[in-house]
Amino acid sequence: MKIFDQKHLLGTEGLSKDETMDIMNTAKRFKELTNKGHHVVPTLNGKIVILMFFEPSTRTRSSFEIAAKRLGAETIDFSSIKSATTKGETLIDTAKNLEAMNPDAFVIRHSNSGAPYLLSKMQSIPVINAGDGFHEHPTQALLDLMTILEYKKEVNGLKVLIVGDIAHSRVARSNIYTLKTMGAQVSVCGPATMLPPAVEELGVTVYTDVKKALPDQDVVMMLRIQAERGGTNNQFPTLREYSRHWGLNNNTIKLIKKDAIIMHPGPMNRGVEISQAVADSERSVILPQVTNGVAVRMAILHKLCGGKSIEEVI
Amino acid sequence: MKILIKNARVICPVQNIDDKRDIIVENGLIKDIVKTGTANGTFDKTIDANGLVAAPGLVDMHVHLREPGHEGAETIATGTLAAASGGFTSLAAMPNTKPVNDNAYVTSYMKTKAKEEGIVKVYPIGAITVDQAGEQLAEIGEMIKAGIVAVSDDGNCVMNSYVMRKAMDYAKQFNIAVIDHCEDTNLKGEGVMNDGYYSMKLGLRGVPAVSEEIMVARDMSLAQHTKCRTHIAHVSTAGSVRIIREAKKTNTPVTAEVTPHHLFLTEEAVVTYDPNTKVNPPLRTLEDTKALRQALKDGTIDAIATDHAPHSIEKKDIEFQLSMSGMIGLETSLPLCLKLVHDGDLTLTQLIKLMSTNPAKILNIPGGSLEVGNPADITIFDMNEEWTYSEDKILSKSKNSPFKGWKLKGKVKYTICEGKIVWGN
Repeated sequence: MKIFDQKHLLGTEGLSKDETMDIMNTAKRFKELTNKGHHVVPTLNGKIVILMFFEPSTRTRSSFEIAAKRLGAETIDFSSIKSATTKGETLIDTAKNLEAMNPDAFVIRHSNSGAPYLLSKMQSIPVINAGDGFHEHPTQALLDLMTILEYKKEVNGLKVLIVGDIAHSRVARSNIYTLKTMGAQVSVCGPATMLPPAVEELGVTVYTDVKKALPDQDVVMMLRIQAERGGTNNQFPTLREYSRHWGLNNNTIKLIKKDAIIMHPGPMNRGVEISQAVADSERSVILPQVTNGVAVRMAILHKLCGGKSIEEVI
Repeated sequence: MKILIKNARVICPVQNIDDKRDIIVENGLIKDIVKTGTANGTFDKTIDANGLVAAPGLVDMHVHLREPGHEGAETIATGTLAAASGGFTSLAAMPNTKPVNDNAYVTSYMKTKAKEEGIVKVYPIGAITVDQAGEQLAEIGEMIKAGIVAVSDDGNCVMNSYVMRKAMDYAKQFNIAVIDHCEDTNLKGEGVMNDGYYSMKLGLRGVPAVSEEIMVARDMSLAQHTKCRTHIAHVSTAGSVRIIREAKKTNTPVTAEVTPHHLFLTEEAVVTYDPNTKVNPPLRTLEDTKALRQALKDGTIDAIATDHAPHSIEKKDIEFQLSMSGMIGLETSLPLCLKLVHDGDLTLTQLIKLMSTNPAKILNIPGGSLEVGNPADITIFDMNEEWTYSEDKILSKSKNSPFKGWKLKGKVKYTICEGKIVWGN
């Protein structure tokens, strides 16, 4: 089995099934240790992880920070310089300056697709993509996979539906790559204005009518609708119309299978893409997704930063 | 200065010459074209062009020389040197300088600078509207007096159809072409690459083909209405080709150009987020490149122009989205386009027509012909010499080319501009 030994994690595109499962196994191991009371598994003792969040983020940043700390690493938060770094020169210069201080990993979120790739080319420290534009968000896809595996055991042949603004979603892209690699049957659904061109060439089934898309799905993943994408950009007429046509609520939930699970990468717009009742229902695995996020990010940091073996430190 | 170019394969589309001849240049003019070995007299310089092609100097009707205002990226001196090395003897310079060439003073400055520091001829293109803002007509008549050869708002499509109509009516009386960069800016939005499979994968905002085509169609209607000579800059899509082809059938006074990069690169080149592949209009699909090649063959597209767009590394080598659009092209245009001849798509005469005769005609400037008495603008090149284009060879002040590392076939040996050898030994 080929283990995950790449230098960076820039995306899930191109990650093999073996590499993905290797990350899953490591994440599972960390989760088990945490559950057994090992709050710190210091494989990265003395290492420094730099968090460069050029876009607002609470959940992902905290998740990476907790993951790093659970591994015994120090984190440096560069999110505060956000306003000063709107120009690319600054991104590269910042990275080169930070590189000169010899940290062990860069975790980057950036509104420009491809920024992590640029960073990986310009310097030699491992780069972890924490979401770039609407390109990729690999750790989200991996934590989603971990969650699906916990509830569904087998991904091969599983039917997964992603609903929402597919065109502007890095979560959708990363999930499509991972789920396809693992053998799932992936469908996407959203208003035609929010479906990117040629998305079917990724091997997914495309729906605009959520009522046709929902039956038979084993996993339904709702994406966040950004309120500002309504009116101004004419992606859809109103939030009300979106909610009534593509939202998951007490009416539409009746269409999905009894044992289907409902996921959401967060943060949720309760009452828009997902109703309060559905979000808090038994079928919702939204909080387990968050828990698994820490385990997956521990696995990624552990692997990319060249941590000591787990056995050595516990 | 008397020059003899002997044993050359002489190409002249105007006189329909494709034959081994000797060319005699005297006092900056073409004195005679004679049978090989029959030239008499003494010469200050003899060029043995055995195995080489001698053709009318190339004319690039769409370049950005960046002077005045952006001398960090290119100057008239460096731009014309790059041009000479690429076989060009005449350039038409777009008005998006700083200040914009929307008045006779800037035009005069460019002409003076070109005379003092340029080694090939520079013909300024004036802005259609003040500050290229698309609202108020610029002093086109005054600029013509100062030396512009066409008008264009360059990268800014004139979105207001009323303004465009008036610009065409106005330009027509001076018999100059209105050059339009066709792009519906609303449809383009914040797009940075072709809208399609690759933009979807890369998570980059797309520029749909229709954003160009809708304005090409509008301009065809306006050209029919105003009878003004209308030139479509850098056609990039199969749809635009179809619209122009149809318009030409009804004698619409339209001409069109294509760039080498739209002929030889596709959107796939963007996969590494290389900012050197960011250009406006964006690189399109394989089908589009095929349609563009066909359009060269059947005459739908009249000219090849580089849209040479130098940008300093500070403005280029950053995130794709923030990077300026455009690439340099003067030094690679001929070798790239010779591929069309090597592939059998075009004859050499057809290619020279596209790169010299036709653009000279559209701009109504001297050149494009080796007829006796014409200014001696001559390009001498080896069709078959192979070389690798690399950054250290670039003469342009900016190095933003996606063709770095490409193996090219065809190399310019001499460029003669008005009887002066401006490139070659």
